[in-house]
Amino acid sequence: MNGIRRLPVVALLAAFVAFAWPAVATDGSPPAPEFKLANRAGGEVSLSGLKGQIVMINFWASWCGPCRQEFPALDQIYRKYKPMGFTIVAINVESEKADAERFLGKTPVSFPILFDPDNKVSSNYGVSAMPTTFLVDRQGKLRWQHRAYKPGDEAKYIEQIRAMLREKS
Amino acid sequence: MSPLRLLGVALVLLAASGCSRLEPWVKPYERENIADPIMAWDGNPIASSYMQHMYESREGARGASGASGGGCGCN
Amino acid sequence: MQLIRRIALLFLLPLTALAGVLPDDRADLMYHSYDGGGVTIDGPSLLVRKKFAEKYAVSASYYVDMVSSASIDVITTASPYDEERTQYGAGFEYLRGKVTYAATFSNSSENDYNADTASVSISQDMFGDLTTVALYFTRGWDDVTRRGDATFADTVDRRLYGVTVSQVATKNLILGLSFETITEEGFLNNPYRQVRFVDPDAALGYAYEAERYPRTRTGNALALRARWYLPYRAALQADYRFYSDTWDINASTAEVAYTHPLDDEWTFDVHYRFYTQNTAEFYSDLFPREDFQNFLARDKELAAMQSHSLGFGVAYEFKPARFEFLGKAAINLKYDRIRFEYDDFRDLRTAGVAPGTEPLYQFDADVIRLLFSGWF
Repeated sequence: MNGIRRLPVVALLAAFVAFAWPAVATDGSPPAPEFKLANRAGGEVSLSGLKGQIVMINFWASWCGPCRQEFPALDQIYRKYKPMGFTIVAINVESEKADAERFLGKTPVSFPILFDPDNKVSSNYGVSAMPTTFLVDRQGKLRWQHRAYKPGDEAKYIEQIRAMLREKS
Repeated sequence: MSPLRLLGVALVLLAASGCSRLEPWVKPYERENIADPIMAWDGNPIASSYMQHMYESREGARGASGASGGGCGCN
Repeated sequence: MQLIRRIALLFLLPLTALAGVLPDDRADLMYHSYDGGGVTIDGPSLLVRKKFAEKYAVSASYYVDMVSSASIDVITTASPYDEERTQYGAGFEYLRGKVTYAATFSNSSENDYNADTASVSISQDMFGDLTTVALYFTRGWDDVTRRGDATFADTVDRRLYGVTVSQVATKNLILGLSFETITEEGFLNNPYRQVRFVDPDAALGYAYEAERYPRTRTGNALALRARWYLPYRAALQADYRFYSDTWDINASTAEVAYTHPLDDEWTFDVHYRFYTQNTAEFYSDLFPREDFQNFLARDKELAAMQSHSLGFGVAYEFKPARFEFLGKAAINLKYDRIRFEYDDFRDLRTAGVAPGTEPLYQFDADVIRLLFSGWF
């Protein structure tokens, strides 16, 4: 009887495996899926138009606490590395703009904000956590994926950006 | 184990196991409504735990009054 | 007079609501007030929580019940009294990846009852953060004494095992399931309360003797809940709980609640709750004679009863101008009106009728909560 009694507890504990959310290096890197989205500042931005630069793609939403938390750090990175051939596109995944606009009014940033209201791009990129940050190299290859954000993660972003900046074009 | 206990354990096992082969059908970027503060099970824990205490002092039944989960699913 | 012993559940730390993210730092100060059936209980309640490094959180709580009791039991068998119960609690949480570990401890004391409670829990988000499962265990140690009787001392041991599962079902629907089993051993009744039995020689036609309860009780509760997001931005929740225990009490609880926000500042909610239970196995309003059976109870909490509650709440959220460190603050006012009706507990304040034919007891209660919250 004791064995049977313990079974549910063991099964439950087995199901409770804490897993980390590491950055995933995509070696033999695939090309980053193409997109063309409306820019908050007007016009459209396509990924192919950014070829030749290092691109950080950040999927975010105003209802997502860690996304909001991450923005000031991203803004700092953008200002510092933009002159060296780096850019950030922050793709907002909300179905309507109002909440995002309100957030950006209170927390303005200098990098481009794009809108993906029908989530086609989020789906193409297989976004599986909020926020998700991708790093794309100058050849348009998807190099790094960061799922989730905790303060301090920006150090990893900077390390990878600098490594890619040192690569030959 | 009483039948009720067995049911409880079985439901938990069902929830905790066999889910790894299915794809999450609500994507993280689709959680806008779920993440809304009005969708929180319990926005004021201090008030709901008081009510639970008040009812349990006057009624015979106890337990199973709280829940957690939902939210933005971030990180 | 003893007060509530089921404080095991009162300050169980709220488990992590957001996947992989600890809840925001906040402080809540609440004034609570209960007025019904000749009993008034009010007092403050304070809860503060703070996180560190997005990994650890601590919380502390303080709660007081100031009781003024002239309840139906008190006025028919004793005299009205005033009393105070104070409770302190502390909790700790640790978040690692998707798992939150939590431990809490609380102590509740009044002049004839002392209760210590400790609980531990594990909560994990899984399956794309659609599912949250929490397991928890609570242990309680109570010391029971009796005012005016230095020779009386006894204990209660309590163990509670619980599991809750929360499942995001669609973009607009979350489902929840809770199961808890509670076992208590020891002195489970009230050293002051009495049962009555038919006594033709007594002036009233009935006389009193001390109640006698079993020394164990095990209960199971299973609850299902669902919360819908309505397209115009509102929320609707439905709950159902079934309870059954070894004293033969079966109870059902059903509740519906509607939450309606207005702009970003005001939120209104309304809810209705219905509760019904049947009689405990050894309960009777009037026993046929003295020492009628092994166990005797006349606690209306164990009677066949229903309760209906209708409640309203209004909340106002704002950014406080004066306190810079508070990012956000809110004032909440909640009011509930509850009717308790008993099917086999009689109102003994009615004199001049044959025992067992007094009107069935019922009373209404007003419960108010005024809550100030600050997020920092």
